[in-house]
Amino acid sequence: MGFSLLGKKVGMTRVFKDSVSVPVTVIQVGPCVVTQIKTPEKDGYAAIQIGFEDIKARNSTMPMIGHDFKAGTDPKRTHREFPVKAEELANYTLGQTLTVEQLKDQLYVDVIGTSKGKGFAGVMKRWHFKGMFASHGTERKHRAPGSIGGLCSNRGFGGGLAKGKKMPGHMGADRVTARSLDVVSVDAAQGLLLVKGPIPGPNRATVEIRPAIRLYRSKAKKVAAKAG
Amino acid sequence: MGLQTIIENINKANLKSDIPAMQVGDTINVHSRIVEGDKERIQVFQGVLISRRGRGINEMIRVRRVVDEVGIERCWPINSPMIAKFEIVRQGDARRAKLYFLRDRVGKSRRLRDRRRGLGKTEAATK
Repeated sequence: MGFSLLGKKVGMTRVFKDSVSVPVTVIQVGPCVVTQIKTPEKDGYAAIQIGFEDIKARNSTMPMIGHDFKAGTDPKRTHREFPVKAEELANYTLGQTLTVEQLKDQLYVDVIGTSKGKGFAGVMKRWHFKGMFASHGTERKHRAPGSIGGLCSNRGFGGGLAKGKKMPGHMGADRVTARSLDVVSVDAAQGLLLVKGPIPGPNRATVEIRPAIRLYRSKAKKVAAKAG
Repeated sequence: MGLQTIIENINKANLKSDIPAMQVGDTINVHSRIVEGDKERIQVFQGVLISRRGRGINEMIRVRRVVDEVGIERCWPINSPMIAKFEIVRQGDARRAKLYFLRDRVGKSRRLRDRRRGLGKTEAATK
């Protein structure tokens, strides 16, 4: 089973790798502290909880300060947990520090973040509808969704609109996973991870990084080749 | 460390230090690396620098030359490792930052005045 780390999105730039320009996102990963070890005996399941980013004690709460204190660490801003197998719990100790070194041997990672909020968006922006004609007598309805169907149901007849009909509404600020991003480089000294391409969220956002699960076939082959 | 400083430090490793002070209007030689299989050779492209855009790691140059009355323009990131070297052949006098008007010029009017005084117009990007 895998693990995950917390980090901060720094921003995007480009690097020249093997003479080719590669667009990269820089992520400042960790250091993350193991703040709780959940065991099947006590909690009913096996998991590791990590904390990331120091905050002032006055910005935390007394329960959380005590929780982090038990792990022997300063108050943390973000806590996240990831499931592990019961027998893997022995690999972790309370207060242990996890850094970007953990990702050193990974070819691909998944990055999970919260996308930028777009507010209340119409169907053209939210669902990529085509909109209506610019001319040919169209008036005041250029970006409208058009007919949304009537008397319809998912099965049978009657009952109004189909469930899940694509409509205008709130867009963005969702949990988004960018899957199978290439790891361009790992800078252990500065705790930096460079991945190819964009990741969800604005700069400074906290993101979760884990080794890639569910690879494409071509990428899975590369991982298998590296593992030998 | 500020987040922007982190990005700048990463960029620093990719920036070249040996780029000559080329200005728009100059005729330059671009020595680009071409990799064929495991062999590598250098190809030289001579032309007028008609635009520089972007800053730092993102800076691009656009070079124009005319071969057999057909205009050719090529663009490169200025810091690309695929470029071995830049050479300034001639310094041309340009009054604007982007010389896109050269695309519409034919014959003698395609030439730019030399930046050094007293010299007449010289053919830009001769063969």
